[in-house]
Amino acid sequence: MLANLRQVFRYRALVSSLVARELKARYRGSVLGFFWTFVNPLLLLGIYTFVFTVLLGGAGAGTRPEPYALFLFCGILPWTWFQSSLLESCSVLIAGGNLIRKVLFPAEILPAVTVLTGLVNFCLGLLVFAGVAIFYGRPLISGDLIWLPAIILVQLALTLGLSLLLSSLTVHFRDIRDLLGNLLTLWFWGTPILYTMTAVPERFRAVFALNPFTHLAVAYQEVLFFDGPFTGWRSLLALGAFALVVLLFGYFVFDRLRDTLAEEV
Amino acid sequence: MHAVEIRDVRKVYQRYGRRKSFGTLKSALLSGSVLKNLQPDSAFQALDGVSLDVRQGSTLGIIGRNGSGKSSLLKLIAGIGKPSSGTIDVSGRVSALIELGAGFHPEISGRENVFINGMMLGLSKAEVARRFDEIVAFSELGDFIDEPVKTYSSGMYMRLGFAVAINVDPDVLLVDEVLAVGDEAFTHKCLEKFAEFRRRGKTIVLVTHMLDLITRLCDEALWLDAGRVREHGDPKRVVDAYLTEVAGTDDHAVSATAPLPAAGDAAAAANGRAGRWGSQEAIIEHVELVRADGQPVHVFESGQPMRIRVGVRAARPLHDFVFGIGIFTADGVCCFATNTQIEGRVPREWAGGGTFTVDIARLDLIAGAYKLDVAVHRQDGVPYDYHRLLYSFRMASPVKDTGIYRPQHRWLFEGGIGISGSGGDGQE
Repeated sequence: MLANLRQVFRYRALVSSLVARELKARYRGSVLGFFWTFVNPLLLLGIYTFVFTVLLGGAGAGTRPEPYALFLFCGILPWTWFQSSLLESCSVLIAGGNLIRKVLFPAEILPAVTVLTGLVNFCLGLLVFAGVAIFYGRPLISGDLIWLPAIILVQLALTLGLSLLLSSLTVHFRDIRDLLGNLLTLWFWGTPILYTMTAVPERFRAVFALNPFTHLAVAYQEVLFFDGPFTGWRSLLALGAFALVVLLFGYFVFDRLRDTLAEEV
Repeated sequence: MHAVEIRDVRKVYQRYGRRKSFGTLKSALLSGSVLKNLQPDSAFQALDGVSLDVRQGSTLGIIGRNGSGKSSLLKLIAGIGKPSSGTIDVSGRVSALIELGAGFHPEISGRENVFINGMMLGLSKAEVARRFDEIVAFSELGDFIDEPVKTYSSGMYMRLGFAVAINVDPDVLLVDEVLAVGDEAFTHKCLEKFAEFRRRGKTIVLVTHMLDLITRLCDEALWLDAGRVREHGDPKRVVDAYLTEVAGTDDHAVSATAPLPAAGDAAAAANGRAGRWGSQEAIIEHVELVRADGQPVHVFESGQPMRIRVGVRAARPLHDFVFGIGIFTADGVCCFATNTQIEGRVPREWAGGGTFTVDIARLDLIAGAYKLDVAVHRQDGVPYDYHRLLYSFRMASPVKDTGIYRPQHRWLFEGGIGISGSGGDGQE
C-alpha cells in the first residue's frame, strides 16, 4: 500500500496534467467556459432563494439567515463538488477502461483526477462567492477564514475516500450509480444547506450529527457566512479523523479490487 | 543476460458469469449475496505454467491461435495485471505497444496528448519535452500537432500513438499486433524502427499473426497453445510446426523434428538452430554439392559454378509440392533463397523417387563458411521435409575482400593515378 502511494506521488505531474486536461476539454468550444460549472448551482441558488424568500417568505422568516442567497451559496458550493465527484467516480473507471486494460497505469489516478478537478472548480466557485459577497456588501476577510483550507482538506479526504470506494465497487455493481443518485438527493435534504442547524428540532440533532456533511456544511457557513470566531473546530477535527479512516478504507477496498479492474471494466 | 525471465507463470481469469447477466447490487442485496457475488463463479486458465527467458537484445516472436494466451502473456510482462502464480522478472524500462494512442483525449491537441500519454507511459514532463520534436517528426503530423486529436485521421492517430510509445525509449519493447492495423507505409516505418531498436541492443517481444514477420524479424519464436508453450526456438522451425498444425496435418507428423542420420555435414547438425522437420509425406533423401568437373565437394572457388543436386522421394502421389533451397552465411544471414513457386513453376504430379538440381552458373560469394537449407513443402508453406542449415560448404578465394556477395567488377584509373597489380580485381 505504501509502495502504491509512492507510485501515485511519482505520477503527480500526470495527475495535474490530467486535471488541466479535464478542465480544458470540458470548456473547450463553449462560450461561457468554466462558468457552466456554476450555472447549475447558481440556478439552484436562484430557485431556492425565490421559493424560500418570496413564495414562502413568511414561513420560517425568523430562523432564516440573511442574505439568504449568500448563505445558500456557502452550502451548495461544497455540496456540488461532493456530489459531482461521487457521481463521476462511478463511471470514471468504466470510461477509462481502455487505459486500465491496455496501459500500465495506477488506476486510482482516475478517481483522484475526478475529485481534484472538482476541487479546482470549487476554488473557482469561491471567487464567484466572493463576488456575490461583495454584491451584498459583506466583509470578505475575517479572522476565521484561516480555517477554510483545513475544512477543504477534510472534505478532500472524505470525498477521495468515498470516490475510491465507489469507483472500484461500481465496476462490479453497475447500478451503484443509480442508487447513488437517489441517495445523494436524500443526503442533500438531510444536510443543513437550505436551512441552518439551529432550525433543526432538538430531537433530530443527534441524527443530523451522524451525517458527516452536516459538520462540513456548518463549518463552511460559520467561516464564510456567520460573524464571530469559528466554534466548530472540535467536530471538524473529529470529522478529519473520520475522513482519514474513510480514505484509508476506500483505498484498501480499491487496492483489493485492483487486479479485478482490468478484467471487469 | 536475460531481459525477461518468466518462471512457471499461470494466469487464471476469474469469471463472474452468473452475475454478469443480472449484475446489479440490487439483485445481490435482495438475494443477500453481495459477498458471494464478489467471489468468482468459474475460472479460465489463460496461461498454464509458462517458463521463458528472453535474451537481452534478442527479438522474440509469439505466435498461436486466438485465445492461446499470447496477449495475456504480453500484458503480464508489461505489468498490467499480476500472474496468479509464478514470477516474471523484467530488467529495464518496458514499453508496451498494445493499443496505440490508448488514453488520447479527443478534445485536446496532439501536443497536450503527447505529454499526457508520455507521462502515462512513465516519462517525466522534461523527458517528454526533450523527445517532443522526434515524436512529431516520426508521426509526420507537422502543424496538425496543435489541432485537437478528434480531427486526426486514423493513420495520424496511430502514428502519433506509436511515436510516443516508441520514444519512451524502453529497454524492452512489447508489441501486440499493432502492425496489422496500419497501411503499408506505416508498417514499413515501424519495422525500420524495430530494426533500429535491435541494432541498439534492445529487446523486443512481438505478438503477431503475420508469420513471415516472425521469420524475418525474430531471433526466436514461441508458439503458445492453450496457455502452454508448444514450441520454442528457431523461428522458421516454430512457424513451420505451427503451420503444420493449423493446416490439420498433425496426423501425419511422424517424428517431425527427429534429425536425420547425418545426411550432409554432420557438424551442421551440431548447430543449435539447425534441424529437420516436416510431415514426411515427401522426404529429402540426399543432397550433393557438385563442382564444375562433376565432383561432389565441399569447397568452391568464388566465381565458379555450383550445382546443388537433391534426391527426393514422395511417400504417396503428390500434386502440391514446392522445392526450395537457401544459402546462408555461418551467422545466419540469408544470401539467397528461392523455390519453384517463387519462380513460377507449377507442380503437376510427383510419385516415388526423383532428383532436382539447382544449377548456379557463377557463385559470387566471398570466402567463408556457408550453410544450406533444402526443403520440400506445400504451396501454403506447410513442410513435407525441411532441412534447416544441415549442409555446409566453404567458399575459397585468393582475394580477401569482405561482405557476402562479390559482384563482377573492374577497377579503372584515369588521370595522374599510378597503380599496379591486376590479380586482385575479382576478374578472371
